[in-house]
Amino acid sequence: MAGVAVSTTINGDAVEYLCQPDETLLEVLRDRLGLTGAKEGCGTGDCGACSVIVDGRLVCSCLVLGAEAEGRKVETIEGMAHGDQLHPLQQKFLEHAALQCGICTPGFLIAAKDLLEKNPSPTEEEIRFGLAGNLCRCTGYDKIVRAVQDAANVMKGA
Amino acid sequence: MRYIRPLSIEDAVGELAKAVGPAAILAGGSDLLVRMKGGFIEPELIVDIKRIGGLSDVTETADGFRIGAAVPCAVLGENKALKQAWPGVVEAANLIGSKQVQGRCTITGNLCNASPAADSVPALVAAAAKAVVAGPSGKRTIAVETVPTGPGRTSLAKGEIIEAILLDKRPEHAGDAYLRFIPRTEMDIAVVSAGVNLTLDDKGAIKTARVALGAAAPTVLLVEEAGQVLVGSKLDEATLERLAKICSGACRPIDDKRGTIEFRRKVAGVLAQRAAAIAYKRAGGK
Repeated sequence: MAGVAVSTTINGDAVEYLCQPDETLLEVLRDRLGLTGAKEGCGTGDCGACSVIVDGRLVCSCLVLGAEAEGRKVETIEGMAHGDQLHPLQQKFLEHAALQCGICTPGFLIAAKDLLEKNPSPTEEEIRFGLAGNLCRCTGYDKIVRAVQDAANVMKGA
Repeated sequence: MRYIRPLSIEDAVGELAKAVGPAAILAGGSDLLVRMKGGFIEPELIVDIKRIGGLSDVTETADGFRIGAAVPCAVLGENKALKQAWPGVVEAANLIGSKQVQGRCTITGNLCNASPAADSVPALVAAAAKAVVAGPSGKRTIAVETVPTGPGRTSLAKGEIIEAILLDKRPEHAGDAYLRFIPRTEMDIAVVSAGVNLTLDDKGAIKTARVALGAAAPTVLLVEEAGQVLVGSKLDEATLERLAKICSGACRPIDDKRGTIEFRRKVAGVLAQRAAAIAYKRAGGK
């Protein structure tokens, strides 16, 4: 199979890569670019562990081909903190212990970031519906919801 | 395998028409990539249609709305004019999958995937939506209900692509609604579903009606008799009972892990009644 040459932007940086036509964006991020924050859970768009934002839209990177990223803007978990300065969502996930094994966490953080950018003051129900595409099999969701609520309050004050 | 990203519908049609092995059209990929991963399809050619001009746009025209084949369902939910004109179609489209899937999935893909349980399809059929098909011999416009011919099968010929879905401009006193039964609150596949689209006269009596059922037969069903029974009524009790009876009778469902034949028959009637009541209210009926 001939490789596809792709020029894209990831977390603000211009990136070029060659990938196979059937390779997913998730595989490109993890295996070619070393961005291993996005996780492969199900590989079929059910669990949200591979969530990234492409041109402002929350998507499962396992359901996007690497070749499709040409000319797009991709945001991953690696771009969420600014240097040592954690994003308020990351900080609140730590404070509320909103994770256990951590596999689902990058996906939850990206999905929560997208949610708060579109709706800065979500109700608990809106948070639960908004994060329904992300599955956690360790802790349940209460601590995650509380962390998102707390982060929303901090971000509104900022 | 080859991945191409044509810039014109003619190029896309040309590539698909001359493809020797299995070829697939890629818009949102939320069905295609899952099927590829599962080994159900191994395309030798993938034609990504997202860079074709107009295919990623929702346009309001003199005749109504034109929804490009690559428009994600999330975009439909953000379009106020479309939501106001066709709330049933939009609510059905927005029931598909999670936020992540909404950012990619399309109603054209939902139609062409040809699942009997596709959420947006009963709403589109009830809405009398049309599909603009581009193919090697030019373009044609067909009723959406003629696209699926069985689970996973469509009437589209080799080289044909649906480039847009058309919805009519709404007259006054019009409303539509879609309801599905699932055992959880969201993110599930319909056990059975119903879409209803009504227009009313000045006195609030139903002037035209279309009723469609999902997951009740090998394809989404347009139940013409159910629409006819509503015409002239104001959704009185007796009419609603006849509606339910006709819908239950029209079902040709299967027994599977999601529900039994008996359950689907019964619930199809109930959902048609409830969707009709919502559509009637949206149309301004009292």
